[in-house]
Amino acid sequence: MSTQDANQRLELLQGTLDLLILRTLIFGSQHGQGIARAIQETSEKELLVEHGALYPALQRLEERGWISAKWGISSNNRKARFYTLTAAGRKQLVKETNKWKRLTGAIARILGPQGAKG
Amino acid sequence: MFGRKRKLEDFTSEIESHIQLEIERLREQGLSEEQARATARRSFGNLMHAEEHFYESSRWLWWDHFWQDVRYALRMLRKSPGFTAIAVLTIALGIGATTAIFSVVDAALLHPLPYPQPEQLVSIEDDLPGAGARDVGMSEPEWQDLRRPGIFEYISPTQFDENNLTGSSRPARVRLLIVAPNYFALLGVKPQLGRAFNPEDHSPGLLLEVLISDGLWKRAFGGDPHILDRSIRLDTDLYRIVGVMPPSFDAPGRTTEERNIEAWIATSFYGPPMSDHPPRSGRNLPTAVARLKPGLTIAAAQSRLDAFVATLQKEFPEDYPKQSAWTVRLLPLKERVVGNTRQSLILLFGAVGLVLLIGCVNVANLLLARASARGREMALRQALGAARKRRVSQLLTESVLLSLLGGIAGLAILLSAKGFLLRLLPDSLPRLNEISINLPVLLFALGASVVSGAIFGLVPALQADRLDLTPRLKQEGRGSTGSGQQARTRRILVVIEFALSLVLMVAAGLLLRSFRDLVNVRLGFTPQNVLAVRTRLPYPNDPKTDTYATPEQEAPFFRELLRRSRALPKVEEAALGDTASIPLDESLRDLKLISEGQFLFTVEGGDSQGREPAVAERSSVTPEYFHLLKMPLLRGRLFEDSDNDKAPQIAVINEAFARTYWPDQNPIGKRFRRARADSPWITVVGLIANARTESLAEAGVPKIYLDLYQTGGKRLAIFLRGNLDTAAISGEAREQVQTVDPTLPVSDPQTLSDTVSASLSERRFSMEIVALFALTALLLAALGIYGVISYMVSERTQEIGIRMALGAESSSILQMVMRQGFGLAIAGAAVGLVAALLVSQLMAGLLYGVRPADPLTFVSVALLLIGVALLACYIPARRAIRVDLLITLRHE
Repeated sequence: MSTQDANQRLELLQGTLDLLILRTLIFGSQHGQGIARAIQETSEKELLVEHGALYPALQRLEERGWISAKWGISSNNRKARFYTLTAAGRKQLVKETNKWKRLTGAIARILGPQGAKG
Repeated sequence: MFGRKRKLEDFTSEIESHIQLEIERLREQGLSEEQARATARRSFGNLMHAEEHFYESSRWLWWDHFWQDVRYALRMLRKSPGFTAIAVLTIALGIGATTAIFSVVDAALLHPLPYPQPEQLVSIEDDLPGAGARDVGMSEPEWQDLRRPGIFEYISPTQFDENNLTGSSRPARVRLLIVAPNYFALLGVKPQLGRAFNPEDHSPGLLLEVLISDGLWKRAFGGDPHILDRSIRLDTDLYRIVGVMPPSFDAPGRTTEERNIEAWIATSFYGPPMSDHPPRSGRNLPTAVARLKPGLTIAAAQSRLDAFVATLQKEFPEDYPKQSAWTVRLLPLKERVVGNTRQSLILLFGAVGLVLLIGCVNVANLLLARASARGREMALRQALGAARKRRVSQLLTESVLLSLLGGIAGLAILLSAKGFLLRLLPDSLPRLNEISINLPVLLFALGASVVSGAIFGLVPALQADRLDLTPRLKQEGRGSTGSGQQARTRRILVVIEFALSLVLMVAAGLLLRSFRDLVNVRLGFTPQNVLAVRTRLPYPNDPKTDTYATPEQEAPFFRELLRRSRALPKVEEAALGDTASIPLDESLRDLKLISEGQFLFTVEGGDSQGREPAVAERSSVTPEYFHLLKMPLLRGRLFEDSDNDKAPQIAVINEAFARTYWPDQNPIGKRFRRARADSPWITVVGLIANARTESLAEAGVPKIYLDLYQTGGKRLAIFLRGNLDTAAISGEAREQVQTVDPTLPVSDPQTLSDTVSASLSERRFSMEIVALFALTALLLAALGIYGVISYMVSERTQEIGIRMALGAESSSILQMVMRQGFGLAIAGAAVGLVAALLVSQLMAGLLYGVRPADPLTFVSVALLLIGVALLACYIPARRAIRVDLLITLRHE
């Protein structure tokens, strides 16, 4: 995990981080570091998630009531703050996912052949 | 309550745990402790940034900003104590005065009356618009009728009376209210001691029970706790004390006398000593109060009442002739208490509001001047990245804080001067003792402070917002730097200030002229050197014991009283009259209405027009009265000794009466009579010049004078002319009266000059206050223009220096500066004159003798204002021409 490595990764588009966090939490509650790691690993390390940016996002989601938080103990016996998806969060996830699919679908259709060539 | 949603510490520890977890994961991948730590931190990104972000997103950020602003504002205010002191003082006076007037308005107009469910309490007034009479009182049968249709829970007629309280050290006059037994149940007030009357008692005659006021209890009985069941003698009759009212209880009356009742007795208003069958047309119950049935609004009650009155009119066509158009009017009881002071109070409140507004404009101007001095600070803050919102909120915090300090200082002044200020209020002002600095008043002061702070802070704050950075930052500490924009704003503020001041000064000028005209009005009688002393003959409940039952029985007493009064030292003339004959005396308005003053009559004569009942003022006097008051006889004769109660009834009338009922005819020998079937005809024997004895403002009120020896009279005034000493005459007059009859009470003497001046007390009060406010406004406006012109001069010092170096005359420089000030003053005066024209129309009801758009007042006020403005500009202008050339030129 070198610096160069990190530089080649994709920066997240505005607003997508919330969606990714909600999606990650669908498998159960997780702490911040776990969420960051999960996003990186499931995206096969393509996405750059600055861990620092994760927390304001978590804060925001919590305030909107889409996730709830509770202090707990991690698998390696460390104190950590665990986030859980709420019912409202689940609804939001469905909504955002649909929106995202429509957006990427539309963009893909516009970029279509060129994108394939590039 | 003001904690953040989530503590910063909680957030920090979460991040720490994140980094720990990350380190552990990296170590598992085989990195060294140090490498793992560095990588974990790097991948986290900017720690500070995350924390800051968290901090700003937490909900109470504005609170932190607010405190920061407040601390900073306090520091700034401390740094310029001179500015702070002037601004705080200006606002303190404005808020203090406004709050003071508001507390009066609050007590008199806004507070509900201090009785339970006050919105159900009404005053009932009977009008005869056809006869030109308002509030003529009702009769006993009408009172009984009004109880029928289910509109009122209770109705009680009330009748104010003076009475002789005997049995204490010497006969004393007490203010008595005769009410129905349900009066206290109606008001919903309970005595502090004993009980009220039984509201269901309908027995005829007077209930021989009395309730006394807390004041009388303490004054006459030393607050004796065993007062109940003791008997006191009112007139010659014994009444048992059944209760003592609480000190806070005030009767809902129109005049000061009626609000300070000392004793209440109850009656069903028929049966001895009153008539067993009082006539329907004998309107001898002057006023009535009532409580509406629960849930009934005044409007709903009024429409039901109108229908009921119509049926009564059909039922008794004889008693309610169509021409007189009898109507019964309900109005909130509060209206009756507040009466016509409403308009004066609103005027005062408006005036003080203007003063506060002018104060605000002044402080805004000061702030602007300071803002230009602080231009660099603001520019620097903006350059350092302070957001627009934060800069404006910083400046607003400063001004609101300034204004709150002013408000607190104002309240402090008000509280410490409260006793003094209350003494300035005229006694005739209703609900005086309800005035207090209570919660609504405090909230008002707080609100007024915040609003004024926002008003005078907003202009400079928005100005400061429109900054052009570069020139600002370039100016290296050179004092003032007002931009053209700012100078323009300051000039506009001065124009506003002038306009507001002019409005206030026009108002004051109009009131002043009205007052002066009223004071200088030709009275038609001479009050100087005349004293009136009142006494009252008893009205025993059993007419058989009445030694003064008929005019014939009273006549010897009148003669003896006059003889003894004339013999008093220094007394040149003496006369007798009933209390209605005391010119301009307001204290017994209701009494005058019924038993003495307003008089319903019909004139004898041809056309049917003449036979409609009409209303005139009347009083009974002895013939000496006219000479004593220097009222000239124009025609016919005055009363003579032969005119006794055996002789035909005669009257002297005034010109206004003659002109109204016998225009262009000789009134002598004409006849009229009371509007009652069995009344004897009264023949006019004399015509007297008009005199303003009923109202200062009205020149010709129709008036009838009857002969006291023919009508008799119970409430008497002894008039004495001479160079008399009020203090000495008091005892002498009492001695003379009580030598004739030791049971009679004697009031302290009142000089007629005092009575005339007391009838103006409310006008004088509002005129003085408005004049004081207008002077304050003028002073503030002068300070405002002085500030702007001085500032302009200091701005243009170099220009002036150069002009003078190039040979400009100092007179032309002086002219240039003065022209600036003159322009501002003219603009302000022009705007103000238009505004004043609008405002003065609203004041029409308070004016006398001047039109609302009185050109003399408008022109002279405008000239005065401009004169003061020029004077205020002259000082800085002088300074401009004394500019030292060398110093100014070197300045560059």
